[in-house]
Formats: sequence, structure tokens, C-alpha cells
Amino acid sequence: MGDFNHHLTHAARSASFLEDEPRTNWHNGAVMNFRKKRDATIKAIPEWEELRSLASSIKENVLGNLDSYLEQFEKAATENGVRVHWAADAAAHNSIVHEILNRHQVTRIVKSKSILTEECGLNPYLESRGIEVIDTDLGERIIQMRDEPPSHIIAPAIHLKREEVSELFHDRLQTEKGNTDPTYLTRAARLHLREKFLKAQAAITGVNFAVAETGGVVIITNEGNADMGCNLPPVQIHCVGIEKIIPRWEHLGVFLRLLAPSASGQKSSIYTSHYHQPKSGGEMHIVLVDNGRSDHLGSPDFRNTLKCIRCSACINTCPVYRRTGGYSYHSVVAGPIGSILNPARHPEQYNDLPFASSLCGSCTDVCPVKIDIHHQLYHLRQTLTEKGYVTYVKKTIMKMAAGSMSHPGKFSRSMKWMKRLLGAPRWLLYSPFNVWGKTRELPAPPAESFSDWYLKNRKKT
Amino acid sequence: MKIGLFIPCYVNQFYPKVGIATLELLEGLGLDVEYPMEQTCCGQPIANSGMEKDAIPSYQHFVRTFKSYDYIVAPSGSCAYHVRNHYDIIPQSADVEKVRSKTLDLAEFLNDIIGSDKIRQARFPHKAGLHQSCHGLRGLRLAQSSERVLPAFSKWENLLGKVDGLSLVPITFPDECCGFGGTFSVTEPEVSSKMGSDKVDDYLNNGVEYIISGDMSCLMHLDGIIRRRKLPLKTIHIAEVLNSHG
Repeated sequence: MGDFNHHLTHAARSASFLEDEPRTNWHNGAVMNFRKKRDATIKAIPEWEELRSLASSIKENVLGNLDSYLEQFEKAATENGVRVHWAADAAAHNSIVHEILNRHQVTRIVKSKSILTEECGLNPYLESRGIEVIDTDLGERIIQMRDEPPSHIIAPAIHLKREEVSELFHDRLQTEKGNTDPTYLTRAARLHLREKFLKAQAAITGVNFAVAETGGVVIITNEGNADMGCNLPPVQIHCVGIEKIIPRWEHLGVFLRLLAPSASGQKSSIYTSHYHQPKSGGEMHIVLVDNGRSDHLGSPDFRNTLKCIRCSACINTCPVYRRTGGYSYHSVVAGPIGSILNPARHPEQYNDLPFASSLCGSCTDVCPVKIDIHHQLYHLRQTLTEKGYVTYVKKTIMKMAAGSMSHPGKFSRSMKWMKRLLGAPRWLLYSPFNVWGKTRELPAPPAESFSDWYLKNRKKT
Repeated sequence: MKIGLFIPCYVNQFYPKVGIATLELLEGLGLDVEYPMEQTCCGQPIANSGMEKDAIPSYQHFVRTFKSYDYIVAPSGSCAYHVRNHYDIIPQSADVEKVRSKTLDLAEFLNDIIGSDKIRQARFPHKAGLHQSCHGLRGLRLAQSSERVLPAFSKWENLLGKVDGLSLVPITFPDECCGFGGTFSVTEPEVSSKMGSDKVDDYLNNGVEYIISGDMSCLMHLDGIIRRRKLPLKTIHIAEVLNSHG
């Protein structure tokens, strides 16, 4: 299910996810809970819409001046004693990280949640070079043990039931068979992770915000695992996508007020940690990663997506995501935002994703930084079609339909023909070619169309 | 005030009663309404499939057909939304700008231009649930969406609130998409149907007899599921409810 290598489309993957309806319903409810908690929390923040506008305009300013903010950030961080690295792509990022670890002869690292390192494929890169990588976020550790990718950006194991976690922990951590008590399982994971924290020689983290003014990075977790990692070993490495920059310390307040409520409905996350300089005798590295972001910045239709703070609100509200699961998007970032980020960078691989949406627009209304997500999906459909990523059959049918739309006579004849088709015998009408009819009845054709009625009853001669 | 009646192509063929109800409602207000016979389709299915450039002739045809009217009124939030928001890719002549800004959904027109108090009181003695189409809700902002922290309002409920005998029952997820989504309904049929089935269950669990909506496309999808599952539920367009005087 979590295998992204097969060339199966979102529609095909969804169909197989939906075969297990009780599980689909459970998944829908589990993800919807995030949305419900979000709603409950933000209803108590009367200035919510102003905060969204403010955050969006701060990010607008960042995107327009990204180069100078990045330089400002590098200068401030360097003055703090941090070593700043620039990575043009995933390969550069991975080799920079490996080079740092290699220099310190590190063979065991702990890593807190980072979608960026997933995007870059850091884990397999380091593992193939003899380094043990332990993901320390509980959900990430679970899927790492199962050798699966994340199915959700903030709840990577949302697709798993606690019974499955219990079985996994029984196998891997020798917990009691059949004990599904979340507290019991979490304690077992904590013991297991404590040992890994103590033995780690370096820590890697993702970053939520990088403040240009101070050169500091901000890392938000609920489990404190980033801090457990960073505060013990001598070497800490923070991997940052270049769009994570915010200009000033004071802007942080705006984003922190939006992030946790949007993500999980918490007023604030449990840990908001600020890292500015290396610990005494230690080293602190920050890797600034582009990996397609500046190309994205250069496309006016889609640059807004770079405002994303990875809160997952669009994913949680998405009626399609909730019912098809993260793996149906066959990419690291699933859901509406992933349906822009992935095809914008790799159209050959992800051209199905902008069509994996009913364009209901809930994502756009829920987004804390006001990314016009569903409008971008609509535009991407156009862009991908122009690039030739639409099937021949679809193109032919649509071109035929479009061709008649400016010719009233032709159009009306083809619509009448369609209506007549609906009067065909049931065995013919509901053949396997009728995709609509698998689960739905077709409308019953009326005796006359509105235009026929109008001609008879209203038209002045 | 001269009104051009814009009846979506599938409504024209499959749901003539909705067209008739819309026309009678507008005529009942003493308005000068005309249905230009040359109209075809607004082009939305083509554009949503990613081929908006192929839809341009239909956009131009629409503008030619409707440019002489003061308002263009459609019993569809979705089609009105498409004209208003996606006709931005053709040169913005005075005619195009006029047609775009004057194309209104029926509920929007009755609320904003006519005033909901001017409409003859209808009678519809049933328990019903409202289906807010996404294009009406978040596209045309005919009501407040639950994602935002802004004052509540609903142009649909303003109109339905005046209908005698109608008991409008709230449902559990009032602005969850029904899953129709135009071509989405056949390109992703499994999830589209699941969304529709869940939506139908929400109405069923809340004990309604009728689902009322401003968009027949959502209702075509929901009704298809209702009839396949043989459920005790009916669908009806808001124009038919507002035009019921039985």
C-alpha cells in the first residue's frame, strides 16, 4: 500500500483503499477529528481571519525577497557560531549531511520529524553508508519499523490502528501480545527511544521556522523528541527548506498562533524550541535546501504554495484524502498541498494528482496562510494538459464536446442524442463501460427538454 | 430590467421542471425574462478537465448569447461561478466584463437584487435538509463556510426560511462536499460515490424527506445513489421549492 514505485494512479489506489469500507470510515473519522478539534479551537480566536491575512502577507514579503532574507539569516547564524550550508538539491543535501557525520565518525543518529529529509531520501542514503538512523517521533518510528513512508505530514502513522501498532511492538519491542493500551504502548516506545537517544552521536531535525533577523531556528514537537536529540550528542544538524524563512522574531507570534490550532486543534504545541548556537564544545549545522523551490518560486501561478507551513489543515479537511488515505497520493506529501507541490516539480510522475479532487475549496478556506489551493489545482490541470499529460481518450471526448458548444444546433442534437441513449434498455445502459452506473442510477430522461417546453409555451411567433 | 435565463445544458435535457420553476418564479416577480434559444454550455466540464483553451469558443458563444441582458440568472451556483471566475482567460472586452459581473445564481439574484421579502410565499410542508453546493458556498459565498471565523449568513436559508410548512433540519456535516465534482465523478468514481453515499447517510440519519439544493448536478449524483440504494429520500431544486404553491 505504501509502495510508491508502482505506476498506479490516485484513482486506482483509492479504489483499492475503498474496498475495505469499515476501515475507510474509521480513517475518515480519525482524520476528521483533527478538523473538528481545529474548528473548536479557532472559534475562540475572533481575530483568526486577520491572523491568516497577516501570515499570508508576511510570507508574500518573504517570497518577494527570499534571497536577501536567506543571506541575512546566514550572516546572523554564522555570527552565532553556526555553520551554514547551501544545498541546491536532494543529492547535495544528503552528501552535506553525510560529510558532517563522516567527519565525526558518527554511526548512530537520532532524527526528529522532517518532511524535507523524507523528500530528499536521507534515511536510505545514510543507511546504505552504514549509519543507523532512528526516527524519534513516535508515529515516524512506527512506520520506520514497518518500513513504510509517512501517510500524513504531521501524523505519519494515521493509517494504522492501535491493534496493528500493538502487534508491531510485540514483534519488535517484546510488549505483551494483545495489549493495545495506548499508554502501555507509548511507554514501551519511550523506553526503546531513550536508549537510542543515549547512544546517538548526532541529531538531525527538521525546522518549522528560520528567523532571518536572529539566525535561529524554531522546532515544534509534541513529544520533545527534537530536544532530547539535540541536547545530548555534540553534533546537531538542522535541515531547512529555504521557504521556511520568516523575517523577524516578532513575526513568529503570528505563525505560532496559527500553526498548532490548524494542525491538531491544540492552542499551542507542547514544545516550541529555539536553537541559536552550538552547545559548548559542540557543533551546530544548518543546511538550507532548495531542491526545486526556486523554480517553483519562478512560476507565478504556483509560487503561493511556498507559503505553506506544513500544518496539514488542508489534508485533514480534504474529503478525498480522508476517504482514500495518504498512500493513494503516492508521494511524501499527500493531500491537496501535495497535489500541487509534487506535480509542479515532477509532472511526469504526479500528473494524476491535480485531478484527485472535487475542487470543493475547503482546503483554501482552511489554509492558515491563505494559499489558494483549489485554484492552483484547477490551473495545474490546464498546465499539465498543455504539456501533454492527458489521455488520448479523454482529450478526444472533450474536444468533440467542446467543438459543438459554440454551435447551438449541433450542441442541441448531441444533447438530445445523449438523452435518447438514457432510454436504452437497462442491460445495455448499465454495461461495464458505464462508470457512473456502477454505483449510481442515471437520471430518468423526461418527455421533453426545457427548450422544447419553452418553444411550445412561451416563444412569441 | 431584462433577464436572460441561463438554463445549464444538463438541466435543459434532464430536469426541465427546474427550468420551468425558475422561469415561473422570475415571471411571478413581474420581470421581463427571456430564454435565448442559442445557449449551449458554459464550458465548465471542458475546463475542469484541464482543457480550458478548448472551451474558449463556448465562452465567446456564451458572451454573444447573453450580452444584451441586464442580468443573466441561472438555477446553478456552479455554472454561474464558472462564468464569473473562469472567463478570465478571454480578452476582457466591455461585453465580457458585463456578462461576467451580471451572471448570478438564482438564490443570489433573489436575495441581492430582488430582496427575499418580495417573493410570493411558497408552501412546502416537508422536513428537508439543505445541500450547499461547494461552488455556491465557497465559490459564490452564498453562505458562510464552516472553515472561517466570520459571521454566519445563508442566502439559501434566507429564502427557504420564508417557505410555509418547511422544516429545515440541520445535518451533521453541512458543508462536506457531495463528491460530484463534474468529471471527477467518472474519473475517480469510487471515492466520488463514497462521498455521495456518506452525504446521503447524513441526511438519512437526520431524518429528512427531501434534500434541497441550488445545484442539480450535486442532486443528480445524490439522487443516483439514493435510487440505487432504494432509500426513502427525495431531491429537489430550490427553485421548485420556492415555486411550490400547493
